[in-house]
Amino acid sequence: MSARRAVESGVPELDPYLHPLLKKNYGAWKWHDRPRPGVLHHVAMSGDEVWTVRAGTQRQLDVHTVRALCDIGDRYADGYLRFTSRSNVEFMVASESQVAPLIEALGKKGFPVGGTGNSISMISHTQGWLHCDIPATDASGVVKALMDELHEEFIHERLPNKLRISSSCCEINCGGQADIAVNIQHTKPPKINHDLVGNVCERPTVVARCPVAAIRPALVNGKPSLEIDERKCMCCGACYAPCPPMLINDPENSKIAIWVGGKHSNARSKPSFHKLVVSNLPNNPPRWPEVSAAVKKIVHAYKDDAHDWERLGEWIDRIGWARFFELTGLPFTKFHIDNWRGGRGSLNASAHLRF
Amino acid sequence: MTDTKKMPKTPMLDQLESGPWPSFVTGLKRLAKDESKPYAPMMKDLLGQLEHSYETRKGYWKGGTVGVVGYGGGVIPRFSEVAEKFPASAEFHTLRIMPAAGMHYTTEVLRKMCDVWEEYGSGLIALHGQSGDIMFQGCSTKNVQPAFDAFNDMGFDMGGAGPALRTSMSCVGHARCEHSCYDEPRAHRRVINEFLDEMHRPAMPYKFKFKFSGCPNDCTNAIQRADMAVIGMWRDDMKVDQKEVKAFVAERGRSYVIDNVITRCPTHSLRLADDDTLKVDNRNCVRCMHCINVMTKALHPGDDRGVTLLLGGKRTLKIGDLMGTVIVPFLPMKTDDDYEQLVDIGRRVMEFFADNALEHERTGEMIDRIGFANFMEGVGLPLDPNMVTHPRTNPYVRMDEWDAAVEAYRESRKTNGAHNKGGQS
Ligand code: HEM
Ligand code: HEM
Ligand code: SF4
Ligand code: SF4
Ligand code: SF4
Ligand code: SF4
Repeated sequence: MSARRAVESGVPELDPYLHPLLKKNYGAWKWHDRPRPGVLHHVAMSGDEVWTVRAGTQRQLDVHTVRALCDIGDRYADGYLRFTSRSNVEFMVASESQVAPLIEALGKKGFPVGGTGNSISMISHTQGWLHCDIPATDASGVVKALMDELHEEFIHERLPNKLRISSSCCEINCGGQADIAVNIQHTKPPKINHDLVGNVCERPTVVARCPVAAIRPALVNGKPSLEIDERKCMCCGACYAPCPPMLINDPENSKIAIWVGGKHSNARSKPSFHKLVVSNLPNNPPRWPEVSAAVKKIVHAYKDDAHDWERLGEWIDRIGWARFFELTGLPFTKFHIDNWRGGRGSLNASAHLRF
Repeated sequence: MTDTKKMPKTPMLDQLESGPWPSFVTGLKRLAKDESKPYAPMMKDLLGQLEHSYETRKGYWKGGTVGVVGYGGGVIPRFSEVAEKFPASAEFHTLRIMPAAGMHYTTEVLRKMCDVWEEYGSGLIALHGQSGDIMFQGCSTKNVQPAFDAFNDMGFDMGGAGPALRTSMSCVGHARCEHSCYDEPRAHRRVINEFLDEMHRPAMPYKFKFKFSGCPNDCTNAIQRADMAVIGMWRDDMKVDQKEVKAFVAERGRSYVIDNVITRCPTHSLRLADDDTLKVDNRNCVRCMHCINVMTKALHPGDDRGVTLLLGGKRTLKIGDLMGTVIVPFLPMKTDDDYEQLVDIGRRVMEFFADNALEHERTGEMIDRIGFANFMEGVGLPLDPNMVTHPRTNPYVRMDEWDAAVEAYRESRKTNGAHNKGGQS
């Protein structure tokens, strides 16, 4: 193995990878519409038109699947393709007549065409058991199971507005804010593997990592280790990454929670964070049926009741949380209340009520 | 190899092969069955370990230290904790490689990447990680260097990991979106490539992320995900094509327009006139994009375009999610100098972060700790009322420097520094 120094080239130039039609009309687009779900039609100032066909992928792609996408790109789309941040693949073509064959080819290879406009796009998600060092579940599996159930909402545009879902396999929430987020929620403090702490962990780093100062150095069985004040610990798992013997993941007690009402865009309302609505769902591979059932309940209530253009959080802003819990049939508990001084802003300091 | 390894039994994973959505399990199995390829045994054991995770509901990877010559980051080391049962996938590292801005590819370059990854890796590629990297997942320690060299020879470079500048993302923007208010791929490449040292030799208190969105629709989720969100913006009046407005009203009907455009404006800045033209109160429009999103033919951002910068967004660890908040209301983004200004502000903020943040503290947490006003003073950016939802609601602060602060504000308005023209023009 002959090691050589890297060429520190950074982010590559875009030009060689950009479809010629996009290059030609770079920064000079005029308007767009969506002729059908999964298809975008952009018109440039020059009068040029480009049709984009979007399809879902499994994100974790084997080389054969990547090559299948390349074959489609070579045959139907001038040898170019791009990906969206939610792992959808997009092919661009210069005439409307190229759209149908492309859709057919994608369909034959099992790539669902959709994810545009008022649909559920692919779930943005994280690594999980396949690759992360701290996951309590397998985000890829949860996502595959959920997308199977929500497939019809991917290939149609029939929701009030777009609905974005994310999934994360620890409380760090790499999957991100979303209209609906499916995240791990630990319910018990880490169990400490005292035999390993002294050798594996830099104890001051671990002590400093805890947001609520629940960890302190301790001698256990004559060995330097750590101890946790279990009344303080709120089970965030932050200590686990710097110190794997702080075993936060637990097959039974690492549960799944569902959050709603996160929004990225600035359209109409300001961006917002998602809020907890369901917790304590079992981490139940391989298909996590309890999670799918709860998500579908929320999607259906939104679909039935929201007005055009309302994102899920905006719908709840209008109908109120009392109505949300009523319409979804979900229980409201003390755990929904942000129970500390800084949470006061989330309490209702008014006589605005809904019955 | 004469002695082919058997496929592991994976009854749980097998259940993820049915259904209409493409299955990653089917892909993993395909790789495991590629008997002629060097990665087949690795992928068999990987499937075995993953099935073991599904059975026991636990993960079995731990970190470590693996890298390439000259770089301090970019490889995510993964060593199996159950290697005695699944030896072929004992090492399963990931290489983070930065794609072109906007994630555009030729089939040719993707095919080459597949060839390299067949030779040195597992054949498994995630397009893309939440970080915006191509994630080449599954590499033995000894193959990390040659795999990287091959990608590097193709013109691709390592992304960020650890306490470093991270790989960036930009929206499709200029390449195919009429809302785009600046050249996102250019800004993305210019900024990141200026600070590659911070990316490849991690020495910051913690990660630092830029994200580039061409308009307030913020397709890259920059405000919530990036330390520094660069959001396209315009200052002058939005462009209205009244002919197209009338056509839209004729096609959809007045009540549709009233219910879905006029009354959905957050600042009541829109009015439908009796002659079916649209009146816009541009001084009160907050550039939310809604009406422009609905009426893509009739409405467009204005001509005086640039960016708004927000700072401090991050994910949950450890104090809960934070959104970025405005630090520069408007920075024009037209000339070469404008792009250099952006680089300069990026540098000042990153230097301040490097000097003042505690270990493992993100920019948002640092600002919470030291105070937003102090931070702004530290990096030397002028204050603007656009930076608050409202002024303070309690009197507990030393105000003996009030007069000097008033003077500084007046001065900053007078000099009218490029990034201080924000607000309603
Ligand atoms: C306010 C100041 C300090 C505090 C509160 C502090 C606290 C601690 C604590 C809690 C540990 C825990 C050890 C463990 O968990 O393994 C530790 C370890 C250590 N400290 Fe400090 N420390 C301070 C200053 C210093 C200074 C100034 C030095 C050296 C010049 C130092 C050197 C060390 C070393 C070498 C260890 C590791 C001991 C070992 O486990 O081998 N500390 N410190
Ligand atoms: C300059 C100040 C200090 C230094 C350098 C220091 C350093 C250390 C060191 C080296 C240890 C031993 C860690 C080990 O090997 O187990 C320790 C333990 C500890 N320190 Fe400190 N410490 C300081 C101040 C304090 C203060 C002010 C407190 C409490 C308010 C404190 C509370 C503790 C506790 C509770 C332990 C754990 C004892 C145990 O292992 O049971 N320390 N400190
Ligand atoms: S969400 Fe947590 S467990 Fe999942 S990939 Fe991110 S850090 Fe790892
Ligand atoms: S889980 Fe979180 S709160 Fe509990 S000890 Fe670890 S870092 Fe502290
Ligand atoms: S952020 Fe704005 S400019 Fe960029 S792709 Fe989205 S809508 Fe277009
Ligand atoms: S962009 Fe938003 S704020 Fe401005 S006029 Fe349109 S809807 Fe109103």
